[in-house]
Amino acid sequence: MASNEAVIGTGGLEVGGNALGRDNYLNHGKGLRSWLLTLDHKRIGVMYLCVILASFFLGGVFAELIRTKLLTPGNSALMKADEYNQMFTLHGAIMIFLFVIPGIPATLGNFVLPLMLGAKDVAFPRLNLASFYMWVGGALLALGSIVTGAVDTGWTFYTPYSTTTNTNVISMVAGVFILGFSSIFTGLNFVVSIHKLRPAGMSWFRMPLFLWGIYGTAILQIMATPVLGITLLLLIAERALGVGIFDPALGGDPVLFQHFFWFYSHPAVYIMILPAMGVISELVSVFSRKHIFGYKFVALSSIAIAVISFLVWGHHMFVAGQSNLASMIFSFLTFMVAIPSAIKVFNWVTTMYKGSIWLTTPMLYVLSFLFLFGIGGLTGLFLGALAVDVHLHDTYFVVAHFHYVMFGGTVIAFLGGLHYWWPKMFGRMYSEFWGRIAALLIFVGFNTTFFTQFVMGSHGAPRRSYHYLPEFEGYHRLSTIGAYILGVGFLIIAVYLIHSLFRGRPAPSNPWGGATLEWRTTSPPPHDNFATPPAAGDPYDVEAWRWEGSVGGFVPRTPAPEPAGS
Amino acid sequence: MRLGQFILDRLVGGAAVQTDGTFWMPVQASSGAEPVDSIFGFIFWVSVFFFVLIVALMVTFVIRYRRRPGREDAEPSPRHHTALEVTWTVIPIAIVVVIFVWGFKAYLDINTPPPNAYEILVTGQKWKWLFTYPNGHVDEDLHVPVDAPVRLVMTSEDVIHGFYIPAFRLKRDVLPGRYVKVWFRAIKPGEYQIYCTQYCGTGHSDMWAKAVVHEPGGFERWLEEASNFLKTMSPSRAGEQLYRTRGCAQCHTVDGRGSTGPTWKGLFGSHVPLDGGKTIVADENYLRTCILDPTQNVPLGFQPVMPTFKGRLKDDEITAIIEYIKTLR
Repeated sequence: MASNEAVIGTGGLEVGGNALGRDNYLNHGKGLRSWLLTLDHKRIGVMYLCVILASFFLGGVFAELIRTKLLTPGNSALMKADEYNQMFTLHGAIMIFLFVIPGIPATLGNFVLPLMLGAKDVAFPRLNLASFYMWVGGALLALGSIVTGAVDTGWTFYTPYSTTTNTNVISMVAGVFILGFSSIFTGLNFVVSIHKLRPAGMSWFRMPLFLWGIYGTAILQIMATPVLGITLLLLIAERALGVGIFDPALGGDPVLFQHFFWFYSHPAVYIMILPAMGVISELVSVFSRKHIFGYKFVALSSIAIAVISFLVWGHHMFVAGQSNLASMIFSFLTFMVAIPSAIKVFNWVTTMYKGSIWLTTPMLYVLSFLFLFGIGGLTGLFLGALAVDVHLHDTYFVVAHFHYVMFGGTVIAFLGGLHYWWPKMFGRMYSEFWGRIAALLIFVGFNTTFFTQFVMGSHGAPRRSYHYLPEFEGYHRLSTIGAYILGVGFLIIAVYLIHSLFRGRPAPSNPWGGATLEWRTTSPPPHDNFATPPAAGDPYDVEAWRWEGSVGGFVPRTPAPEPAGS
Repeated sequence: MRLGQFILDRLVGGAAVQTDGTFWMPVQASSGAEPVDSIFGFIFWVSVFFFVLIVALMVTFVIRYRRRPGREDAEPSPRHHTALEVTWTVIPIAIVVVIFVWGFKAYLDINTPPPNAYEILVTGQKWKWLFTYPNGHVDEDLHVPVDAPVRLVMTSEDVIHGFYIPAFRLKRDVLPGRYVKVWFRAIKPGEYQIYCTQYCGTGHSDMWAKAVVHEPGGFERWLEEASNFLKTMSPSRAGEQLYRTRGCAQCHTVDGRGSTGPTWKGLFGSHVPLDGGKTIVADENYLRTCILDPTQNVPLGFQPVMPTFKGRLKDDEITAIIEYIKTLR
């Protein structure tokens, strides 16, 4: 039986046990340098977690300020029009480039991927550290623009406004360019790791679905991000050198920028959602105590989404000035890309059928995800339908749609994954009571904030508007109340998670009964992940684990499976 | 709809929500609105069906199969079911293809103006829409006759703007260096909101205008009167209209605030120090020279960037502007 350091006092029931008082990756090597120069994927994941959560906090502060201004339709003492425009630009740019795109892959992916492969680390640990420092450098350049002349173009940088505004576009855009390398390096690392580091017995279709999600994302990161990089360089060249590629007075075309920009930025939203879907696949199985339903369709749908995502960028441009034929093709493909996502949702719900549904905090996030991503995905149908999009484009309907998928989808799944892997990462359990309260507040707050915006948008309220007509005031007030509820929910999470680091119950190796390989080592894991690499089995064989009260977690029902192809 | 309004009023006590149109949509003021709303409605009910189905199943499973003593493990059930999975792939594909075709057909109608539509030129600039009618009259609002196809030929003077009339379900980005064309047929007399929807800077959310749909006969009367505003309005009022519609407002304020050019408040009769040392009194002749030959007599502290209005403003228009400036004490 492959096992890792049987825990004292539990009769050897556990595979590993809690390692807080022993050597683990957190205390292996001390001092700031051992962290800043680490090659350990787990420490890199934790460092990413800190900076990415800090970015989320910053982007969230801007959001709360924006929503506060929008309580009143006219001028506001809180901020002038220019400041408002800078604020929504920063909110978008920070949330997208600093938080959601790196988000799950850089934090949970980095920590969990090698463990799920039974491996010691990713394929290229130095590249991993380099990608972290690329993130830091890019973030500093981008955020530095706040001080030197905060950008007011919107996160989409449309020309000619972005080439003529006197805010520091070059600093922000150069920062994003460098952040792109962080994304590319991470993607490259993960692709190679998944191809090369899978253990014996883990064929592609025996791989956890989280890794399929990370894999699809990594392909997009490698192939799409360079296009953004080149686009941003062209934007800098236009501003600094006046080359004229986007300037009609010099024979250029401002709409060309949009094609270049969206060619990356549409796949980017699938970079955001594919890992989230991978997390949900893991969580719904574990917390239904049941094998995932339809594994093959779920796995292949990640690849289908990744491929088709490259072919739909023009759905951001139905009214921008492209031909009817182009619009038709993009609309058709947009509807096609919705299908694999719908399939996943059906598979997840069916996984719950006849299961044993355990309403822990991570599971509450799964249920929230199904509800919120369901609305987000369905509202995409309205926007994919050409004639309807003419009415809804650039209104609050679009703002509501993308918040439902990016926030109600990715962020909710991120929270679910964070709460799921937290005991593994830090060896501590957090307060289930406060976890559930916060999950509920976030669900209620989110819907209050954003459902309202669908109705505003279909009534014609344009987005990015400092002033608005008084007829929308009631909607805006309701939306802002929701935003404050959301803020309270997140503050509660911050408090109990930080509290758990000091006072949480020591976590067992497998608090939730997961069947993937990270649960076969200590919580937190040792520096090298496994004392002896575990044998790969069916990643959804959760029924092979049973609850054991004396360890406060799950133990194998029978001895662990034999290594030879089970 | 009323219930929604009631709840919102009680909860937030702010201005009441939309009182015309439906819960989701504004009034249908153009012939293109009803097709759009029909597709919206179809997608809406399909979405409601699937959403309720998914949530109901989810909630039912959570309750029926909740983990409890005696139910720590799942019941045996298949790990996949090809027929089911194919069914729930094929049916959604069929539904979205229907939505796609319907949406595409209506879109082609939106983009295909009928022949002999009445043509109005639209100019977008930071931060104002201007509408030029076939007789040359320039107005800040869009006026159209009811029940007649109208074609808008639109261009931007600077950055990309977005022309949007929600009640018409009409929207198009307006580009610099290019003309874009849309058409509509208004079916309901009234006044409707026009917005800019493509972010364009400080005044983006101030780029408001009105689409005024006239009863039969009303449009021609309006155009006649509006075009003759120089004869029908007092010179100073006509001058104010020209200030707003002919490009003066972009660089000159009337309330004392600084801008690219000198403010007009208190300008008439004041002593203006010029670049070069002289001082001049801002009388009628000075103001006329500024308009026709602005590189002469540039005021101190300002750049010589004002374009000439020779050929762009007629003599009676210049007189009206000067009369307006005189009222700004």
